[in-house]
Amino acid sequence: MPTRAHPCLSSSILTLVSNDREARRPSPIELERRAFRRQQNTRSVIISLVSTVIFAVILWLAVVNSPGWAQVQNSFFNWDTIVQAFPRVAEGLWLNIRVLFYATIGVAVVSLIIATVRTLRGPVFFPLRALAAGYTDLFRGMPLIIVLYLVGFGIPGLNLFGRMPLEFWGTLALITTYSAYVAEVFRAGIESVHPSQRLAARSLGLSYSKTLRLVVMPQAIRKVTPALMNDFIAMQKDVGLISVLGAVDAVRAAQIETAAAFNFSPYVLAGLLFVLLSLPMIRLSDWYTARLRKREQMGALV
Amino acid sequence: MSPTPNATARDAEQAVLRIDNVVKSFGETEVLRGISLNVKHHEVVALIGGSGSGKSTLLRCINLLEQVDDGQIFLDNRELTDPRIKQDEVRTHIGIVFQQFNLFPHMSVADNVALASRHVFKKSKAEAREEAHRLLERIGLGEKADEFPDRLSGGQQQRAAIARAIATNPRILLLDEVTSALDPELVGEVLDLVRELKQAGVTIVMATHEMDFARDVADRVAFLDDGIILEEGPAKQVLSKPREARTREYLTRFHASR
Repeated sequence: MPTRAHPCLSSSILTLVSNDREARRPSPIELERRAFRRQQNTRSVIISLVSTVIFAVILWLAVVNSPGWAQVQNSFFNWDTIVQAFPRVAEGLWLNIRVLFYATIGVAVVSLIIATVRTLRGPVFFPLRALAAGYTDLFRGMPLIIVLYLVGFGIPGLNLFGRMPLEFWGTLALITTYSAYVAEVFRAGIESVHPSQRLAARSLGLSYSKTLRLVVMPQAIRKVTPALMNDFIAMQKDVGLISVLGAVDAVRAAQIETAAAFNFSPYVLAGLLFVLLSLPMIRLSDWYTARLRKREQMGALV
Repeated sequence: MSPTPNATARDAEQAVLRIDNVVKSFGETEVLRGISLNVKHHEVVALIGGSGSGKSTLLRCINLLEQVDDGQIFLDNRELTDPRIKQDEVRTHIGIVFQQFNLFPHMSVADNVALASRHVFKKSKAEAREEAHRLLERIGLGEKADEFPDRLSGGQQQRAAIARAIATNPRILLLDEVTSALDPELVGEVLDLVRELKQAGVTIVMATHEMDFARDVADRVAFLDDGIILEEGPAKQVLSKPREARTREYLTRFHASR
């Protein structure tokens, strides 16, 4: 019994259609076309598989047969050193994860405020708008590492607050920099919502802020979700930079272990752990973008 | 033939909506050059005229989506054009339906209809939903209540938009060429709904290109030309025996192009 609905489209309407026409059999021409497409498909998969394997083998042989490979292998991929360094590096990574958690919340709040301020109309809000624009200009241009130094060593020097842990200042620096990027993403989203939507909302008697909250923002956030996920992935690895302040995160721990063992393997370990950390989000963002594309193209071929 | 001054004054007093010498320009272009119009309770007034004659602009001025440059607009003898008035509050008494529906795509049809009840009139979620469902049921969209707007046909979307506009019982309903964006075979269902609203006693001001419909449903027709009301009167008279040469010309051209 042929199921005619496409497997990834399981909506009720399609099921209905397929039930309605269950009796219908594909014509010989269609069957021949399907067989041909299957054959083409198999061929393409085999070609790409073979070419990938050949390329990987060549690369591997080139590296392994290079004159310095034995030394590099020993100083970067030393299993014993990796095992020894693992507990401290993993502990450091836990700090990265915590910093990431608070930074994400901070960035979400600050960037939404900045984006909203930048879209306010009317001369009354000019100073606020200018301030927000200046902020995004400044912190999108400034390298994160310099912001880290300025925030991490500068603000504590003011002696306004009690002693705060280094990771606190690191988190603050991350929020400062990333809010500038993410605010621009949000702003693009807000401005991509058609003005007629605001008009419709205001005509119902909704206030400016309710229109923004209930009508504009939900649509804006949906539109920029892939871009937001991308920024999140970028920040996920940039949390490693708080090590320049001296906070013992995964990178700093790897540095300490490296110095102790005279071996670079802990860096490789820390790098791999960061990759593992970001993988779920990368996959999630791929899946989400693919879903959006599918929904917008509605089964089109190109 | 012409009413006595006293009768005019009484008419004006009875009017739900009173537009008095309204002027509006966009940059150098004067779109409205002194428009006056009274709309009584339960009355349906059709605004006709070529594109650019100012019909949509007038409707937007009534709903305070545009700011008038001169003149006054009164709703129930309250001046809307007074800058001290609470605009959001005023808009809750005036429903408007747009040519392009402008439903909110991220909400179900029922949530679209319930939005103002919930967030402007502060009704409970359950109550607002219940009301929305009842209203949609009444206009034959009960089955579509939980669908998202993009799953509806144009005609259904426009009916949903009308439901959204009347959900909070506005004093007056403005329709801005509500059938102009629809396929011809979908126009009927929307016009039928407007007809039902008239029978239910809703006060309506509509900009329209549907002359037959205007003749059928409107009590009065106003012909806008170059920013003024050139001719105004009972629908049948204006559409069948227009007094002004320009009105005649417009209607002839309009029918010829059909």
